[in-house]
Amino acid sequence: MANVAQSGFLRRRRGRQVDTAPLIAPAVLPLIVWAFVPLAVTLWFSLLHYNLLDPIIRFVGFNNYSFLLTDPSLFDALWNTLALVVGVLAASIIFGCLFAVLFDQEFYGRSVARLLIIMPFFVMPTVSALIWKNLLMHPVNGLIAYITRSAHLGVIDWFGNWPLTSIGIIVAWQWVPFATLILLTAIQSLDREQVEAARMDGAKRASMFYFIVLPHLARPITVVIMIETIFLLSVFAEILVTTNGGPGDASTNLTYLVYKTALLDFDVGGGSAGGIVAVILANVVAIFLLRTVARSLD
Amino acid sequence: MRPRTKHKIRMTFLGWAAALIVAFPIFWMTLAAFKTEIVAVATPPQLFFSPTLQNFAEVRSRADYLVFAGNSIVISVSATVIAILLALPAAYAMAFHPSKRTKDLLLWMLSTKMMPAVGVLIPIYLIYKDLRLLDTIYGLIIIYILMNLPIVAWMIYSFFRDVPKEILEAARMDGARPLQQVSMLLVPLALPGIASTALLSIILCWNEAFWSINLTATQARPLTAFIASFSSPEGLFWAKLSAASLLAIAPIVIFGFLTQRQLVRGLTFGAVK
Repeated sequence: MANVAQSGFLRRRRGRQVDTAPLIAPAVLPLIVWAFVPLAVTLWFSLLHYNLLDPIIRFVGFNNYSFLLTDPSLFDALWNTLALVVGVLAASIIFGCLFAVLFDQEFYGRSVARLLIIMPFFVMPTVSALIWKNLLMHPVNGLIAYITRSAHLGVIDWFGNWPLTSIGIIVAWQWVPFATLILLTAIQSLDREQVEAARMDGAKRASMFYFIVLPHLARPITVVIMIETIFLLSVFAEILVTTNGGPGDASTNLTYLVYKTALLDFDVGGGSAGGIVAVILANVVAIFLLRTVARSLD
Repeated sequence: MRPRTKHKIRMTFLGWAAALIVAFPIFWMTLAAFKTEIVAVATPPQLFFSPTLQNFAEVRSRADYLVFAGNSIVISVSATVIAILLALPAAYAMAFHPSKRTKDLLLWMLSTKMMPAVGVLIPIYLIYKDLRLLDTIYGLIIIYILMNLPIVAWMIYSFFRDVPKEILEAARMDGARPLQQVSMLLVPLALPGIASTALLSIILCWNEAFWSINLTATQARPLTAFIASFSSPEGLFWAKLSAASLLAIAPIVIFGFLTQRQLVRGLTFGAVK
C-alpha cells in the first residue's frame, strides 16, 4: 500500500495532472485484504489447539506441524498430490502438442473439430467427474465396462482399484483441451516462411517438428505447465464427488486432506497447518510462473 | 490425386477421430439426457432409442433447479460486473499513466491468484459463519470478485494498451477527467475486449467448484454444488443427472466458444498471444 500511495505522491510532485492512487485503490485495497488477512489468520490458527468440538482453545506453538509431519496421511496426500500433478501434466503436454500440431494442419471441418476438442475445458468439474464416474467408468453399467467385457478383457473396478488413476483420467480430460488451446494458439504464430524454407530444403516432418516447432513451443509449454500446476495442486471437486478421498487415503490430495481435517473432523488447528503446507507448495511454483510472466511484460 | 490433397484427407480423418474421441463423453451424456432411466443403465448400451423429454421436465419441476440455475446466473454475472467496475480505473491508470511500479503492481496482483484456496478456507469459513455470510449468494459473490479481479484487471489493462494514445491525448486536451475518459472513450473503444473479459470471468465463476461447495448448503447453491449432490448413492439417476448436467454446461460451453481467442490471453496473463 505504501508503494501505491508513494507513487501517487511522486506523480503529483512531478506536476503531472493525474493522481493514480485513487484510481488504483478500488482494485488493490480489496486484494490486499484478501491476500494477507485470511492467510495471517490461517497462520495463527495453525499455532493453536483449536477444535470446534472442544471449547478450550490454547496456544500450542508448532505442535500441529510436528503432529502433521509424523502423520502418514500427510505423506500419502503429498504423494497423491504430486502424482496427480505430474500425471496430468505429462498427459497435457504430450496430447496437447500432438493435438496442436494436428489441428494446425488444414483439413475438412477443422473449425468444428477444433471446437469439439476444446469443449471439455468448459465443462464444470462436478459434471465431468460424475459423467465419467457413472456413465463411462461404472463397473456394472458403464460403457467402458461393456466394451472391455465384450472384448473378453474383464471388468475394471476403476474407483475401487485405481482411484487416483481414475481421477487423473478425468482431470486430464479437462486439462488436455486447455493445453491444446494454448499450444495451438502459439503454433499459429509460427513463422510460416521459416517452415516453408525448411520444407524446400527437404526437411522431414519429424525433424521439422523437432527443430522448428518444438523450440517455438518451449515457452508456451512452460506457461501451460505452470498454470496447470497451480490448478492441479488444488483439485477438489473431482475427488469429492467420486471417491471422497478413498478407499482409505488412496485418493486424498493435500487440498482434500485439509478439507477433511477442518470441515469434517472440525480440527481447525491441524487443518490450518495443512493449509500452510499447501501455500508453501504453491508458492514454489508461483515464483517460477511470475518470473516467466515478468519476462513477457517487457 | 495430388499429395497435398491426400495429406489433407488423412488429416481430416485423424483430426476428426481425435475430436470425436475427446468430445465423446459429452456426446454420450447428451444421449443419456434423452433416455429413460431404464434405457440409460441398460446393457448393452443403447445408441438408438426413442428420445424422451421426461428428464428435463422432471429436473425443471423440482422447483429448486430453477433456483440453483438462478443462483449461478446472479452470482457469476454480479461478481463479473463488480470486478470489471473495480478494475477499469486501475487498468486505465496502469495503461496510460504507468510508473516504475506498474509492473510490480501487475505481478503482485497476479501473485494473489496463486494462493491455494485451501490455505484460506478455514478463516473464510469461520469469518463467514460469524458474519452470517455462509450459504448466501453475497458470500460467494465477494469471493469470486476477489478471485477474478487480477485476471480481469490484467486483461482490461492489455486491451487498453491497444488503444492509440493520441485519441486519449485529444480528450485530455478537451478537459476530460480520468473517469470520463474511461467511461466515454475507453470503454466504448475497448468494448469487444471488455466483453470477452466478462465472458471469461463468467465462465470461471460458473465452473468454480471449491468455494461453491464449501460455502453453500441449500439457499445459495449454484449449479456446480447442485450437480455435486448427485454423487450420493441414492441420487443415482443417470438420465436425470445427464439432463441436469446438460442444462448446466450448455450456456457456458457456448460462451467458451465465443471467447476462445481472448481466453488464451486471459488465462496465460498475456504470456501467450
